[in-house]
This record gives sequence, C-alpha cells and structure tokens, in this order.
Amino acid sequence: MAKRFDIKDLNIYYGKFHAVSSVNLAVPPRNVTAFIGPSGCGKSTVLRSLNRMHEVAPGARVEGKVLLDGEDIYASTVDPVEVRRTIGMVFQRPNPFPTMSIRDNVVAGLKLAGVKNKKKLDEVAERSLRGANLWNEVKDRLDRPGGGLSGGQQQRLCIARAIAVQPDVLLMDEPCSALDPISTLAIEDLITELKKDFTIVIVTHNMQQAARVSDQTAFFNLLGVGQPGQLIEVDDTEKIFSNPSQKATEDYISGRFG
Amino acid sequence: MTAVLTDPNRPAQAPAFQKISTARQIKNRLATVLTGLTFLVAVIPLVWLLYTVISNGYEALLNGDWWFKSLKGVLPEQFTGGVYHALYGSIVQALVCALIAVPIGILTAIYLVEYGNNGRFARITTFMVDILSGVPSIVAALFVFALWVTTFGLETSAFAVSLALVLLMLPVVVRSTEEMLRLVPDELREASYALGVPKWKTIVKIVLPTALSGIVTGVMLATARVMGETAPVLVLVGYSRSINFDVFDGNMASLPLLIYNELLNPEPAGQLRVWGAALTLILLIMFFNLVATVISRFSAIKTK
Repeated sequence: MAKRFDIKDLNIYYGKFHAVSSVNLAVPPRNVTAFIGPSGCGKSTVLRSLNRMHEVAPGARVEGKVLLDGEDIYASTVDPVEVRRTIGMVFQRPNPFPTMSIRDNVVAGLKLAGVKNKKKLDEVAERSLRGANLWNEVKDRLDRPGGGLSGGQQQRLCIARAIAVQPDVLLMDEPCSALDPISTLAIEDLITELKKDFTIVIVTHNMQQAARVSDQTAFFNLLGVGQPGQLIEVDDTEKIFSNPSQKATEDYISGRFG
Repeated sequence: MTAVLTDPNRPAQAPAFQKISTARQIKNRLATVLTGLTFLVAVIPLVWLLYTVISNGYEALLNGDWWFKSLKGVLPEQFTGGVYHALYGSIVQALVCALIAVPIGILTAIYLVEYGNNGRFARITTFMVDILSGVPSIVAALFVFALWVTTFGLETSAFAVSLALVLLMLPVVVRSTEEMLRLVPDELREASYALGVPKWKTIVKIVLPTALSGIVTGVMLATARVMGETAPVLVLVGYSRSINFDVFDGNMASLPLLIYNELLNPEPAGQLRVWGAALTLILLIMFFNLVATVISRFSAIKTK
C-alpha cells in the first residue's frame, strides 16, 4: 500500500515567520528518504507538514502542494484527521500512552477509530509487534503498562502503534536520538525491514545513520539567522555522501560546516 | 639538619579539603533550629484544636443514637438524639453542589487548555474564574438569595444552599483541573493525532484518562472544602431539628447550622452537641480527603 510523495513548491509559515521556502522533492514508494541538516533548518517542519501535524501549532500554514499519489493532502476538501490516518508518524521521544497496556497501546489507533472485535485487535497487536521486532520481548506481558518498557522498547512500541493502523507512509522524526547504540541498531534494522511495505521519510542528525538506512538523502540548510530554511540538494544517498554537487552539502557532510 | 622523611607517593602538603568553617556550622545549626521552630508553631494550633474538639466532643459520638437519630422532640437539656439529620444535610448539599459544579468546571478547564489557545475569550474566562475564587462565601450566599428568593420569588431551601456552594466550588474545580490537564504532555496529544484520532476523541480517551487521578483528587478536596461552609446555610435555609429528605422544599439541617443553633442552647447537653457536631464535621471532611487519596492512588498511572 506504499504511496509516493510529490512535494511541489512548498512554503511553510508560522504566523508571519517564513520557516521553510520552496521545497521541491519526490519521495518514491518503498524507499527510505533521509532529511539531514543543521538544527533549525526546517527539516522537522517539512516532515511534520507531510501529515499536517504542524497545524497543531497555532498560526501554522503552508503554500504549495503535497501530493500523495497525485492527491493533494492540503486540498480544501481533505480532512486532516484522514491524512494522519494514512500517513503515520514516529516521534523523537518515545511517547506510549501511559494509561494503556502494551497491547492497548499498539491497537490504540484502531480502538479509538471504533474497532471492537477482540480477536481482530489481538491479531493486529501481534502482527504489529512482530513487525516492530518487539513481539518476543513483550508477548508474556501484553497487559502490563507500556511505560514500564525500556526507552528502545518504548520506541519500537510506538513504531508498532504507528504501523498497526496500516498507513501508506511512515514519517520518523529523529526516532533514535534518545536511544542507546544497541536500540538504535534495532530500530535501523527495523527501518530496513519496514521499507518493504512502507514509504519512509526519516529526519536524523546522525549522518552515519542516514548513510546506513536511506536510499535517498535530502540536505536542508539555513542561509542565515531569521531566513527560511531551504532544501539545498537531494540525490541518491551514495551520491550525496561521496560526491555531492553542492559545496554546502560537502562541507556539512565532511564536518567542515560553517 | 633533620631530614624529613616523606613518602614520594604521598608528598607532605596541606590537605585539599578543609574542615567545615565555624561560621557555616553556626548558620547550619541556626537554620535547623529555625525550621524546626516554625514547624512547631504551625503544628501547635492544629494539635491544640484537635485536642480541644476531641476531648470535648468524643462523649457525644459514643452515644449510639448520635449517627442514626435526629433531634426531633429532644429537649434542650436532654443528652439524647443525634446529628443524623445534619449529617444528611451536609453530605447531600455538598453532593448536589458537586453534581452541578464538577461538569461545568471540568468542561471550562477543557476549553481553557485544549481550545482556548490563550485567546481573548480564554483570558476573560480565566480572569472571571480568578474573581469568583475571591468572592467571600457570604457574598455568594447573598447573591443566590437575591436571585432565588427576591427575583424569582422561590422559597429558601437546601437547593439554594447548593447553588451558593457551586459559586464557591467552581473556581477550585476549574483551577485544579486546568493544572492537571496542562501537565499532560503535548507529545501524547500529538501521538494520538498522528494515529488519525480526532481532537475530541483525543481529549476524551487520552488526555482525560491521563489526568484523571489529579482531577478526581481536586474534585474531592473541593467537595470537602464546601462542606464546612457556614454562610450559605445561615442565609439560604432554615434550621430543622428533624430529618428532611427533600432538597427542594422545607428547612434542612447541616452540621455548621446545627452547631450555630446549639450555641444558643445554654444547657450542658447543648454544649456537648456543639463539640460533637464539630468533631463529626472534622471526621466527615477527613473521610472525604481519605477517599480522595484512595481514589487517586487507584486511578494513578502505573508503570509496572
């Protein structure tokens, strides 16, 4: 069910502040696209605009188009709730629902959408937890609270929760930045697995991670303080890390930035 | 010439760490004594009050009729009868008040936190709630009297008391619920939105359950608080020595009202009833606080 993204001339504003200017980007299906760049360059903002999550902030708006398989998710007839159901998201810090058990966390999306069939929910819980490589670790304590897991397990629980509603696209906002190297490795392996079924866009500060997991890399940069962030270059990951066409990209990647 | 033998691994030198200076020792001692004293000053009146009430009132509570009988037909000098009618009145008036104030208070808090966006209307609401929390109980009682009795021409009743209590309880519920809702991390709301859950459902199914423990505690404490209010019962309902179950009609006793009326009774039996009722009121409020603790512990978020 993976779908492709086409981002056309996307400008993002918070009130009067122009956060990101004219991004053009194509994200092919069953593919991992990594967003890299210095802090504050707007990569998270672009990511959040891909499922209209940035609208949660007051005063946020966009100009331009974000097409999901040709359909504009910002068309006036489109319900943002429906967009988010189709495009899932994993956040920087693991955020399982503290009042729910592990199982209920995984099926929260379905349960809150009104699915009551216990057998189906159990099936989905198992499939999603297996999909997130967490099943073996938690299968004996599905009724325990999700908050009792370790950080890495919680993040995989959140991934299981995101894929349980069977989205077409999975957005990840620095999913490993709060995790230790072992948990990071587990998540990276998982991303490689998940890309068989999902289109994945991941924001990361870790360039090695971008090089390891992504097929395509987009480099964002800030031209100056108070200026909007910009997409500098997007290409195959291999090309970006070996022979980027822009000087700024090369400087950033080789650590000679600024 | 005396050669000083020094271990090359431990060269002779002044120790790096010095003793605690005398000045700091004195300051430390002083601060300890001061905090201890202030604690005592705070505790003495409490213990004294409890001792006075308990020692004067416990005998009344030992009487078997105390919890189950009213004062109907009891003469001022008789050591019989109980406070059943006043206990009923206190609890029911507080519960009716909570029934009205809690839904309004919680919905107001939800509006302020989830929908208000700190906009003009939200700021006005917060300001009004602040003003309401500063209204003295006698003013609330007189306002309800003016509205209920003078304007609408209705009789004074226990319900009118509950209405006045609503004015006193509402700001407490709004404030405590608002604080609890603000403690719920935005990340949980975002996680829910990202699953394609609409905003109202996120509030009902994610935000409220997460804050439930704190909200319940706040509501219980607010209920206990209004139970001891005296001004509304003095203004808005007549005293009755017998049981009246009807909230909307007739006189109804409550513990503060009973205390006030028995104060006018010069007999020793009246004195005993005053202290007994005071002790009962303390116990009732303590019971509510205990229930609040138990409920919040049961609805608290578990991690194991």
